[in-house]
Order: sequence, then C-alpha cells, then structure tokens
Amino acid sequence: MERKVVYPHLVLPYLLLAPQLIIIAIFFYLPAGQAVWMSTLLQDPLGLSVRFVGLENFEIVLSDPAYRETIARTFLFSILVVVVALVPALFLAIMADRVVRGASIYKTILIIPYAIAPAVAGALFLFLFAPSIGVISWPLRFVGVDWNPRIDGLDAMILVVLSSAWKQIAYNFLFFLAGLQSIPKSLIEAAKIDGANAKRQFWTIVLPLLAPTTFFLIVVNVTYAFFETFGVIHSMTQGGPGKSTEIMIYKVWYDGFIAQDIGRSAAQSVILMVIVVALTVVQFRYIDRKVHY
Amino acid sequence: MAEVRLNGVRKVYAGGVEAVKGVSFTVPDKTFCVLVGPSGCGKSTLLRLVAGLETITSGDVLIGDDRVNDKDPSDRDIAMVFQNYALYPHMSVYENMAYGLKNRGTSKADIDKRVKEAAKILAIEGFLNRKPRQLSGGQRQRVAMGRAIVRQPKAFLFDEPLSNLDAKLRVQMRVEIRKLQRNLGVTSIYVTHDQLEAMTLGDMLVVMNGGVIEQIGSPLEVYADPASTFVATFIGSPPMNVFPVSVDGAGILSLADGTRVGATSDHKGDLLLGLRPENLTIDDLPGATFVATGRVALMEPLGAETLAYITLGTSGPEIIVRLQGHATQPPGTPVTVRAAASAIHRFDAKTGRKV
Repeated sequence: MERKVVYPHLVLPYLLLAPQLIIIAIFFYLPAGQAVWMSTLLQDPLGLSVRFVGLENFEIVLSDPAYRETIARTFLFSILVVVVALVPALFLAIMADRVVRGASIYKTILIIPYAIAPAVAGALFLFLFAPSIGVISWPLRFVGVDWNPRIDGLDAMILVVLSSAWKQIAYNFLFFLAGLQSIPKSLIEAAKIDGANAKRQFWTIVLPLLAPTTFFLIVVNVTYAFFETFGVIHSMTQGGPGKSTEIMIYKVWYDGFIAQDIGRSAAQSVILMVIVVALTVVQFRYIDRKVHY
Repeated sequence: MAEVRLNGVRKVYAGGVEAVKGVSFTVPDKTFCVLVGPSGCGKSTLLRLVAGLETITSGDVLIGDDRVNDKDPSDRDIAMVFQNYALYPHMSVYENMAYGLKNRGTSKADIDKRVKEAAKILAIEGFLNRKPRQLSGGQRQRVAMGRAIVRQPKAFLFDEPLSNLDAKLRVQMRVEIRKLQRNLGVTSIYVTHDQLEAMTLGDMLVVMNGGVIEQIGSPLEVYADPASTFVATFIGSPPMNVFPVSVDGAGILSLADGTRVGATSDHKGDLLLGLRPENLTIDDLPGATFVATGRVALMEPLGAETLAYITLGTSGPEIIVRLQGHATQPPGTPVTVRAAASAIHRFDAKTGRKV
C-alpha cells in the first residue's frame, strides 16, 4: 500500500530540487534546445551566413541511404554491446556469489575495468588486437584466422563491440551481484526441496527474480551504447574501415566537427535523441510492467 | 508416510562450531514431533540436516528405511515450511503450489487436481491467481502449507512457521496445523522456541539445549517430570521455581538463610528444588510436605488468576505462586507457602539433572 504524504510547504520542495534541476537545465535542456534550433539552420563552416531552412536538414539527412545504414548499424551495435555486456556479467556475478573465501578480492578485480577511461580501454584493445603485434591477434593467425580490423569491417565491428562491452561488464556485474544477494536464500532452498536442479533453479527462480535488475541494466546499457561509446570508437577505428563502425553518435560528431556541416549534424543529433527517448519510453511502458512482481 | 530416525547425528561447521553434538531419536510414523529449545540450541540446524540443506558431519538420518545422508533435498521426499514462507514472489499461488510437482514431471491434470484439493483444504481457493505480495501473513502461511501438502511427501518439516504471525493468528494457525497433520497423518518435525506451541502441537517433544537433547517425551510427561532444571524452567509458563537448598545430616532441607522448608531428602550434597507455580498455594493444604514462610513481594492480577511473587524466608529466593481468582494481599504480608509431596522436583545442584 502506498500512502501519499502531503507537506504544506510550497517553496521548500522546489528549493531542494533546484541543484539537480539547474544542472539538468544547463547541461541537458539548454544544449538539446540549441541542437533543435540549429537543426533548422543552414550555415557555412565559419558561421558567417546563417539561413533558416525549416525541416530541410532532416529531409536531406533522412533521405540519405548512408545515414539509414548508420541507423541500422547503430541498432546492431547496441544490441551486440548489450548482449556481450550482460551475459558474461551475469555469469561472473553468479560465480562470484558462490565464492566464500576472498570474495571481496574477486569483486574488486572484477569492478576495476569500470574505472578505466573509454579512450584508454580503446587503446588497450587496439594493442591486444593489433594485426601484427597484438597478443590476441597473433595466436588467432596461428589457428588460421585472418584477423585485421584495419581492413576488415566485420573484424573492426567485433573489436569495438568487445571493447565497448568490456567496460560495461564491470558495472553490470556489480548490479547483478547485488541482485543475486538480495534473493533470499530460503527461496533457493525451497526450490531445492521442490526438486529443481541447478539449471531449473536458475531459469525458473533466479532469472525471474533478477528481471528488475536486468531491465534496469538494459536501459542503462542501451543508452551507453548509443552515446558513450564515442570515445572507444574514436580511439580505435574512427568509424572505419570505410564506414563499417560509424554509429550515429560518431557521425554526428564527424559531420559537425570534421565536415563542418553544423545544420545536418544538429539534425542527426535531434534524431538520435528522439530514438533514444522513444526506446526508453517503450522499455518503461511495456517491459517494466512485466518484470516487477 | 514413514518414520524418521536419527542416529548420533553431529554437525560441525567449517569454523569449528559444533551445532549438533550427537543426537539420536526416532519419530514414529504419523507422529507430530516438536523440537523445542532456546535460539542457538541447534534445533533449526537439526531440521536442516534432515531436510538435506546442510551436510551431516557424522551419524545417520533415515527416512523410512532409506539412509538419506548423501541424498539431495529433492530426493528425500520431504516438504518444508519455512519461517519466512519462502514463497516464490514472481509466481501466482497456483504456480507456487504446482512448482514442486511440475519439477517432478507430474501430469498437468494431476497437478491441477492436487493443487485444487489442497487449496480447498486450506481455504485459499479464492486466491489461486494472486501473487504472494497480495496476500496477508496468514494467507501466505496457508500457501506455504499448501505447497507442502500437494507433494504428499513422507514427512513435513516446519521451521518456526508461526513466528512471523501476530498472536491471534498464531493461535488459530496452530490449531489448524494440528488438525491438518492429524487428518493427513504425515510424520512431521516442527521446530519452535515457543514452549506453548510445543506443548499444544506435539505428540512428542524433543527438548534441546546447546546442541544436545535434554529430554524426549510426550508434552505432559515432559511437563510433569522434567529431567533437568533446564527443561523444568523452559517448559511451562510462568516457569517452574527452581532454587538452591542445603541438606543437613538428618536430611532436612533449608534455604540459604536457614529457613526450613519441611521437605526432606537422602541426597548427599546440595540440591535444587523445583516447584511449579500452579502446584503451590498460600492457603491451608492438609498433608503438605513443602511448607515455608515468606512475605508477599508483589501481586499480579491476570483476571482469572493471580500471580503472587513471594520472597521465601527472610532474604529469598523469590518464587512465583499461581493463585486462582483474585487475591490482593499488600506487599509485606506474611504468608506460608505449601505444596504436596508429589509436586516437589529435586535436582542435583552441580549437574542440574533430576535425582
């Protein structure tokens, strides 16, 4: 039963919310509003002539087959990142949950990657998978895999997915572990007495009880894949080879800051924002209802 | 349907703590056995050993004729009701009850029949589609019971199932559990720290303390003839009065301050004397063996009866006397406390065992 508590203050609640609201206003609403405004303008690289063009930028961007490819690529990339970031994290959490001795050491080791900056993570993976000197690509060639992310688009995609997801595994691990530890032991014991083997315990008890955690992590990881993977991609492939690892956020930056087409870059950033907002709304409206018990 | 036998069962935890120190007893078929003792006495551990949720360090557990030491909980054919009910929160009441049957590959029609039967017995038919969080404590308790009975196991194990309920509901569920067990005739082991629950539920009481059994017997045997001061003070409310007396050469018993108490003993060495509050009186009692003077310290009227706290002799001990009806002597009133010979329990002062 939820009970609503009504306080008779009028100003205090707003005052208490103010610091957060101000930060959101300055760092989110203001730039977002600016992006929307800029997406309706056509300006030259030096900003000397500015012309209002309405929705023309959107028309041009959306009718560009290359941009549609980027959207498709971004979805594929995000799905891969989410899966690669969640599944191993859950597996590690289950293993760490069973450890009795030295549990905190394992946990610390598993959490450390989260403290590494995206660009550093990118550089790290770049070395590991460098075609000629990488400690992973070298044995790969030995077993006959022709690994070269600098030439092969698929290899490049695998590389950015792995390095983007790797960082997130630590974060997801932490939440999964907390989720696992909040499942009462007696439930697992009851399931044992009810004749469920380890596999059935996992699929019918543990996983459904982790559903709220998983849901939360999917939302966070999707957002991460859409926005925060810029650093990884920029430091590793710069969207290449060709355009094979160029995702939407990278193209926004590239078209705006390298190609100097501010209007279309802004239009893309608005589209990206709309997509992520829509995804989040869908997740909350339809999945949220099913996972909370 | 089967008897449950324990032979010298011991449990030593990894840290070296010996929770159960060699326990042996047999619960005959269809018997309701209550394991009772203070918290930390090893009763819950013992139950978990029977369930298979803990590994046995040494000794044997037999259910029916099967030695189940090395069997998984699921292969022991037992059902357990947990203290916090342990209902699966994401499943409906129906699914909760069906889960154990489903895991064992029972046919859908059979599951449906059994779940509905159990729901009818427990009067939870109206809640089958609800989730556990939508139920009250008492209803959850019923679902937990339902989950146990649909399985038709060889034995029920209860781990303090009533301790999360309020007082009124606890009394009601207690009666229902007893009736249910009688009707189903399933061997049951029930763990509680509540001596009242133990007295009212059990066919057989196993009183535990510090990992060992203090006494085994029917509730009334244990009440009437406690084997040790521990059992004497644990079973019964208010507890039995136990106080030290010295024995002189002629076998006459007296309190620490020299007040004689009338009773005699041929025991060598000091004694602990046990007297139940309900066996004592401050009125005249012809043929009383225990006779001691004292003063009223406090009277506690409870309605139907009155508890009198009386300081024996000049300096104690303070004992409780249970009086019928209302009595209102003011503090300091001199009284004579009496009890019949049959009501006197004598324990060795050193070992606490009955002599």
